Amino acid sequence: MKIVLRNLTKTFPGRKKKSREDVTAVKDFNFEIPDGELVGLLGPSGCGKSTTLNLICGLENPTQGQIFFGEDEVTNLAPEHRGVGMVFQNYALYPHLTVKQNILFPLQNRKGKDRLSKEEMEKRMKEAARLVQIDALLDRKPGELSGGQQQRVAIARALVKMPRVLLLDEPLSNLDARLRLQTREEIRKIQRATGITTVFVTHDQEEAMSISDRIVVMKEGVIQQTGRPQEVYDDPANLFVAKFLGTPPINVLEGYVKDEKVWLAGRPVLSARGIPAQEVLVGIRPEGFLLREDGPLACRMERVEVMGRDISIVASQEACREGGIRAIISAESAVDPHASSVRFAVKPAKAFLFEKDSQERIRARLQTEE
Amino acid sequence: MKKRNWKAWLYLLPSLLFLGAFLVYPLIDVFVYSFEEGYNFASQTYSGTGLYNYSYVLHDTYFLQAVKNTFLLVMITVPVSTGLALLISLGLSSIKPLRELYQTIYFLPYVTNTLAVGLVFMILFQKTEYTDGLVNLLICSLGGSAVDFIDGPYWAKMFVLCFYTVWVVLPFKILILTSALASVNPDYYKAARVDGTSRRRTFFRITLPMISPMIFYLVITGFIGAFKAYSDVVALFGTDLNTAGMNTIVGYVYDMLYGDGGGYPSYASAAAILLFAIVLTITCINLLVSRKKVHS
Repeated sequence: MKIVLRNLTKTFPGRKKKSREDVTAVKDFNFEIPDGELVGLLGPSGCGKSTTLNLICGLENPTQGQIFFGEDEVTNLAPEHRGVGMVFQNYALYPHLTVKQNILFPLQNRKGKDRLSKEEMEKRMKEAARLVQIDALLDRKPGELSGGQQQRVAIARALVKMPRVLLLDEPLSNLDARLRLQTREEIRKIQRATGITTVFVTHDQEEAMSISDRIVVMKEGVIQQTGRPQEVYDDPANLFVAKFLGTPPINVLEGYVKDEKVWLAGRPVLSARGIPAQEVLVGIRPEGFLLREDGPLACRMERVEVMGRDISIVASQEACREGGIRAIISAESAVDPHASSVRFAVKPAKAFLFEKDSQERIRARLQTEE
Repeated sequence: MKKRNWKAWLYLLPSLLFLGAFLVYPLIDVFVYSFEEGYNFASQTYSGTGLYNYSYVLHDTYFLQAVKNTFLLVMITVPVSTGLALLISLGLSSIKPLRELYQTIYFLPYVTNTLAVGLVFMILFQKTEYTDGLVNLLICSLGGSAVDFIDGPYWAKMFVLCFYTVWVVLPFKILILTSALASVNPDYYKAARVDGTSRRRTFFRITLPMISPMIFYLVITGFIGAFKAYSDVVALFGTDLNTAGMNTIVGYVYDMLYGDGGGYPSYASAAAILLFAIVLTITCINLLVSRKKVHS
């Protein structure tokens, strides 16, 4: 089921005593989620991603705009008539009911001709439980389960209705790091197996990038960029997106363009053909540095962090606004941790130019300065 | 571990001493008195030991009347007040504007003096030579005939007593239940909405089980409180409760100790032990039932 969001806007009445101004949580949101895809809504807290999810779910009504599931408009439908399954951040499993009763709950709500026979309900419940591999835990209460198991029960409860759309609110935030890795693969697998169009909300870019078919990066209620994770990572639309995606985060340096060259700390680093002279911000991914003795970017070495697979060099540079530069290089390269300075060249594909004031991307064909 | 244990007991010592001196010792003492016939406080003597005190009390019509009154009071007021409190709390938590104001209003009776409230109820219900009282005026205007609620038939007096008790215990229950309702995570209701749960089913399958520990707490304390009713009855019907036929078990104990004739500590002790046994039994039954029904 494809989901179309058209000009979606949601404002909440202001609560502060001084300013009664409305707060815009989601602003003019336009997006089409293709059938059967897993889409991650990504952004810092307060960016409107949860509100967007609630709008799709029907827990909130949009101030403006329309929502379509396939060809049907669902904008004004109550959540139960939309055919959505929702997994809440805290799972919202009913603590007094067993796992089995929790999964059966949505089916037992149905009335009249929609109501299934007892056997049918039982069958569906068992199917959902098997899908998320909790069939051995059916008689337990949620309090007796681990966080990961509770998560699965919540997913089973959402899936048992055979929803057209599955919505997950911060599905991994209550799990510890190891379980998070495991569960996100699990979610991906379940989504693939069922083929249900799935939207999930997260503030963790790694989580979003790792399992999404498509990500939507949001900030203050406005879509910043949409696309396949790798595309967005490799081609950010603005500095916000560039900074938000990637761990460790992108390094931002102040520089300028002169004579179609990008200058950093008084030296030309890359060539930028066709870009007029101006002050710019240069974003360089940590993996975009090349350790080279004759490299144009000279930095003072702070420390070297060994991570096994690769080495992280933390260095300082006057052009760098926020603290130090972090460069990740292969563990095979020879780095002298006691050296006082280090020189880098920059990989053109891993560097991006941004306008200084608007922080919008300046699209340029960057090349290695020869 | 041993050392820590020792320290723990030391910290508990003051409260243990007080509990022992003012609770456990008197309890044992009362138990002993209840088997000593004709105990006299002044001379500290008694004429014999045995079950005579119990036999006397259990055959005393005043005591039997008191037991009947107390049981009626308990069986009527506890369910009614808890149910009403639940309804009012549900109403209070579903309105948004001025919620705090309403909560305050509903809590006011709790901080009002029992005897003052009793006086107000007397004025509302009592029939005197000068006026029939407000409630009777109402009844008459609706075409009924005046009833003397304070000195009249038994059912009328019982009605006033139950009405009064419910009204007095309601605020505390409302307070507890509104906070219990507020503490239910709204995500449960959201989840229920997404699944299309009817309001009725949401209430019975989600809300009620979630607040059941609090309801259970109110039922238990309600039972115990109602079994110990005394001051309310005095406030309404004065101190000569036996004549009014409205005595309660605690009232009977008091009368045996200090009432008109007074000076029957042995009978009072036996009655007190009987009350203790009744409350204990009821509480145990409650606990047994709750273990099955209450989600914790």
